[in-house]
Amino acid sequence: MSKLTIARAWELLDEVKDPEVPVISVVDLGIVRDLRYVGDCLEVVVTPTYSGCPALKVIESSIAEHLLANGVAKVEIKNIFAPPWTTDWITETGRAALKAYGIAPPGAAAIEQLVPFPRRPEPIIPCPFCNSASTQRRSQFGSTACKALYFCDGCNQPFEYFKAI
Amino acid sequence: MKISELDSAIRTSLFEYLLRLGDDRVVLGQRMGDWCGHGPTLEEDIALTNITLDTVGHAATLLHLAGEVEGRGRDEDALAYLRDAIDFRNCLMVELPRGDFGFTVVRQFLFSAYSHVLFQALSTSSCEELAAIAQKIEKEVRYHVRYSSDWVVRLGDGTVESKDRVNDALTLLWGYTGELFESDSVEGKLVGLGIAVDSSTLRPPWMELVNQVFTLATLAVPATTPSMLTGARHGRHSEHLGHMLSEMQILPRSHPGAIW
Repeated sequence: MSKLTIARAWELLDEVKDPEVPVISVVDLGIVRDLRYVGDCLEVVVTPTYSGCPALKVIESSIAEHLLANGVAKVEIKNIFAPPWTTDWITETGRAALKAYGIAPPGAAAIEQLVPFPRRPEPIIPCPFCNSASTQRRSQFGSTACKALYFCDGCNQPFEYFKAI
Repeated sequence: MKISELDSAIRTSLFEYLLRLGDDRVVLGQRMGDWCGHGPTLEEDIALTNITLDTVGHAATLLHLAGEVEGRGRDEDALAYLRDAIDFRNCLMVELPRGDFGFTVVRQFLFSAYSHVLFQALSTSSCEELAAIAQKIEKEVRYHVRYSSDWVVRLGDGTVESKDRVNDALTLLWGYTGELFESDSVEGKLVGLGIAVDSSTLRPPWMELVNQVFTLATLAVPATTPSMLTGARHGRHSEHLGHMLSEMQILPRSHPGAIW
């Protein structure tokens, strides 16, 4: 059996979705840092989004299963921590998919102020449903480690924001 | 340098050092986990458990590395679940029961501010693996510092009741802060090689952050410095740890190798 090309392997990875946000692929999320053959083994270098992300193990096994099911003979997942993942690595396709799913995509990952007074004005996060700029943060933490909870005064409903890190 | 390049004496010290870092976080994570389903509001419940999840994630990463440094086949689960209290190397502050919400946020702030200055310094560790983990943790801890400092200000500069509770927590907790900044020979061997950071050098930047937040919170550092409690880095713990571990460890000890 001939080896699958690296370009094809990237295409396959683009079909593997984040289990908690099932509209964005692991490639668009920016967590696949490298893909290479070491002998016959396809090595997938992955970096975690958040250290405590419970989806990480599921993501790793979905990547391996999908590649094995599509003609890759041997797969190894390698974890790296540096450089640390940033939401700036989420692609434009990924951002559009998040918005369409009802999650406001992250702004640029600026350095967070530690002592928050006097606060810099909070960036305006437009509502992913009605695009209103009249929104408020309700909590820095949401249903998963990567999201914050917002409320839109335009359409009177809560939404989640993929927080910038 | 990489861990594989270190000689065995240095690896022994590094193992001990990584246990301190990892144990602080596994123990605090377990304490914070008590809030799951008990937060004062849904948003705070979610926030506290998110911080817990990060903290346990940091513990797992650090203990995993500790296991690799030790080289005896123990992974993060073996280190967290199959050691007794006397073998834990966490500081005393994190093993205290969770207390009320005021106590929880004051401890979280004092500890997160410490984690911030610690991992900022370790981000440039000469040990590649540790530096990489430190960079990752430091970014996430910023959220913890912001969350907990927001609440310290809100409660400290809040009602008579909230201020009293925060002050009570502070009076109790202050005596546990000295231990965070103690240097010893385990650390000393690593500091010389640029692997670890001298804990005593972390106190000034920590104090600066604490003072900034306390000023806004109209709180004062306790005037009379109580005698600082110490010893836990060498296995001398309070009675609380054993009770906590019995709950945390019962499942993997009763059902070795259980998976689900």
